[in-house]
Order: sequence, then structure tokens, then C-alpha cells
Amino acid sequence: MRPSAVRLLNILVPVKRAVDYSVKIRVNPQQTGVDLNVKHSMNPFDEIGVEEAVRLRERHKDQVKSIKAVTIGPPKAIEILRSALAMGADSSIHVEIPENSPALEPLAVAKTLREIIKRQKEGVDVVILGKQAIDDDLGVTGQMLAGLLGWSQATFASKVEIDHAKKEALVTREIDGGGEEVRCRLPVIITTDLR
Amino acid sequence: MLRRSIFPTRALSRSYATTTHPHALVFLEHRQGVLDSGSLSALTAAEQLGGKVTGLVVGAPEHVQGVVEKARKLKGLTSILHSASSQYAEPLPETVSPLLEKLLSGSTPFTHIVSSTSSFAKSLLPRVAAKLDVPSVSDVTSVAHDASSNSTTFTRPIYAGNAIATVRAPSSIPLKFFTVRGTAFTAAQAQDSSQAEASSIEPVEVSDSPTEHIKSTFTKSDRPDLGVAGRVVSGGRALKNAETFASTLYPLADALGAAVGASRAAVDAGYADNSLQVGQTGKVVAPELYMAVGISGAIQHLAGMKDSKLIVAINKDPDAPIFQVADIGLQADLFEAVPELVEKLKA
Repeated sequence: MRPSAVRLLNILVPVKRAVDYSVKIRVNPQQTGVDLNVKHSMNPFDEIGVEEAVRLRERHKDQVKSIKAVTIGPPKAIEILRSALAMGADSSIHVEIPENSPALEPLAVAKTLREIIKRQKEGVDVVILGKQAIDDDLGVTGQMLAGLLGWSQATFASKVEIDHAKKEALVTREIDGGGEEVRCRLPVIITTDLR
Repeated sequence: MLRRSIFPTRALSRSYATTTHPHALVFLEHRQGVLDSGSLSALTAAEQLGGKVTGLVVGAPEHVQGVVEKARKLKGLTSILHSASSQYAEPLPETVSPLLEKLLSGSTPFTHIVSSTSSFAKSLLPRVAAKLDVPSVSDVTSVAHDASSNSTTFTRPIYAGNAIATVRAPSSIPLKFFTVRGTAFTAAQAQDSSQAEASSIEPVEVSDSPTEHIKSTFTKSDRPDLGVAGRVVSGGRALKNAETFASTLYPLADALGAAVGASRAAVDAGYADNSLQVGQTGKVVAPELYMAVGISGAIQHLAGMKDSKLIVAINKDPDAPIFQVADIGLQADLFEAVPELVEKLKA
């Protein structure tokens, strides 16, 4: 994909604006959807993703060139990009969809992210997303993106270590009944679990 | 009930007769020669589609034959495909995906791909679905297929189970991937005679996988596995610290022959391992008996246990939300109540 010379890491953190976890949701009378006139915030697992990207930079200092947050959402979604920037992301991308658009499906999100990644002139080495969104609880976007790109994937990650020189990530994952360690060649898609 | 349709992204060119009978491919997982009960629930769900069901078993050469022999006895399976390779001993989505892609490309007989919501299946199925340019539905609690319109309707929990979404995959989606909530479908039973025909398929070796499995560590326990235990004793943040969590709850769990679970608050605070977390983002359980000790009952926790047959709560706070779902509640200091309960159980 990119020349093999060791280069600096570019981290992409997709984030989703979702109904805040503390809100008691209500289904609308027509049963076509949930009342969305409530408090929204960044999906908690995506927040963990942003934190992890920032922590990777703290550990690897100058080797992390950029942390870019991206969201696909209505105009209001810009709020969570601001949060991501406040948490330490360097820049952000807003793929704006019209207000009151129907909910996006993971395959569409994955395809959009793939396009964004293709257009990053400096490439993307690590994509960190939340393992699931707390609204639809689908938990598939990261895996789909990895499939579309043919990249390595490490889902339900609880610990990430990057060996910049070897261009590898050593990831500890939460699996049924315990944990698993995998070595992933960069570029890699990581989905976050609790830390 | 929330209605939502899944719209196809691109229609693959396939021609259908007026009615297409489904043919489901069920991913049957196994560990140490034993079939996972989650996969057996997935098999039940696949049967409910109303057509043929083929099981898929992949694994190391030394394990596959034994598992296939057991699988052949399962009620509901029409046939079994199996593939053995040393690469499948510690399977990874990157190494198993090519085999599934091969089985499902071109003029494949399969219409549905089904698995449990195990960590491996959840990691594998969406990767394959995206490569085949189709969506994937997660964690379904019911499934109904309409052969005349070749569409499948599912229900699944959203917003931590506070709403149920009904979604339909229409005929324009030629391959319907879905993962099945184990607690919503009884595990398929084995019968005395082997019914299903088994055939082996060539593994698709991946020469340069970008991912390598290094090791797996399983939390050793003599206790029943949380995901399938008939009884669960769970603790929350009131348990103070890891030592207190263990010393208070483990005797109770032992006396009941129960598995141990924890709320996210307890896990976050380090009282218990992540693998014990019960809730929206942890394990979903529905045991015969669920005891919530020192757990307030936040929505996200309830999402993981509210289908339990008998819910018992012990909490000092009479207003704790857990009492709304508990069948039996004890308002008491757990540090007094639990030891007393253990004594009475042992007597």
C-alpha cells in the first residue's frame, strides 16, 4: 500500500453521535422509531477509542503524526468532533448527512470510511473504533471495514501496544472466558472494549 | 416495537424461481471436542427459517472428526461441511473468512448464514458479509422467513434492550447474515442416530495472514461458565474491592453451584474480571436463578439479565431500580445477609 520506509503513524478515530447512555428512551407512538429529541453524546466506546489514540501518542510521542477524528452524521454531530478535538485529536472530518436522515447502516458507514481512508494522502495506519454503538448495539462496523479493506482486525481490544519499527500492533482482546493476544501487521482496525 | 427496513446496497445478479426455499449455513463452534451451546441455539434459529440447514465445522485436523461425529446426531441438521487445517486450530477471522467467501460466492446454494454471538463469530461474520457486499443483523431474538417473498424478518434488542426493533431483509439481499442471541433459542438436541451427511471441503490456506494468534488465556474456574450456567450470583460496586468481592460472593456461588457475574461498575473498579461482566456491553444471560447482590440495577445491567427466570436482589437501598425487576427482593446490608444466607444454605 505505502512505501516500506518507516514512517510516522496516522491514527483515524471514527466516532458516532448517539443518544446519551443515561437517557430513558421512548419509542414514538407510530412505532417507527425512538424519540430522538433527547440528549446526545459521543458513543462511550468511541470515547474510549479517542482516549486510546491519545494515550498511544503519549507513549510514542513523535512517532504518532496525526490523530484524526471522523463522524458521519447530521449537522449537530459536529459537537462530538469538538469533544474529540478537546480530548486530544488534531483534526476532524465531518461527513454531513441531512438532519432527520434515517439511521445509517454499518455497511454504508464502513464503505464511507473506506473512501475516506483511501483519500488520506498520508495513509492511515491504525483505525480505532468502538466495539458497538449503544443505540443500535450492532457491533459490526469495524469488522466490515476490515473486510472491505482486507486489513488485519483486532476486535474487543483491552490493551494495545504498537511496535513502530516492526509496523505491528500487539493487541490483547476480550474473548468469551478470558483473553487473547494477537499480533497484527499494520495497517490495522481495532475495536475497543473496556479498559 | 420499532420497524425498520434494511435496504440493499447493491443487488447481486441472481435469478430466482417464484419461491425460494432457504438453505442456511450454520457456523458450529467447538472447544476441546465439545460443541458450543451458543452454536446449538443458532442451529435452532436456522431451522426456524423452514428450509435445509447445513452445519459448518472448521478446526485442527485432530479435532474436526470427533466434533463432526457429534454434530451429525443433531436434530435439525440436513448436512455438514467440515474443513480441517492447522491454520484453523487457533482460528482468526482473517484465516477463516476466505473459506466462507469461497462457499458463498458464485452460484452458492446458501441463502442464510447463521452463528451465535460468540466473540469469534461476531468478529468473523461481519467481515465476510462486507466482503460479499451484504449487511449483517446482530443478536436476533426471533426469526421468520417468508418463502414466497424470499424475505426474512428479525427482532432484535436495541438501546440496551429498552426497545425491540423489527427489521426485514428483503429478497434483494441474496445472502442474509445473522447472529443469534443464545438465550432466545433453545439449544438443538442430539438424537441417538446420526442423520446428517458429512462431507469434507478443502481448507483455503492463507499464505500471508496479517494477523497472528499468539496466545489465549482462559480464566480458570471450577465454577460453571457464566454464559450457560443455570444459576448466577452477581455483584456490584457495593462489594468494596476485589478481595471482598471474592470472599463475599464466592461462598454463595459455591453453595448454589452458581457462576459468578459482575456489573460493569464492579468490573470498571477492578473487583472482577471483564469476562464476568453482565450487561448491554457484556454477557447476556437468562439463567433459572439470577441473584443481584449490591447491584443498583442500571438499565445497561438489566439489559443483560432481565430475561432470567427468577431474579433475586439484595440491596441496602429500597429505591434501587433492581427491585423493579426482581421477583424476590431483600432490603438488607449484603455483608450481613449474604453470610447468613450461605450458612442457611449449607445447613
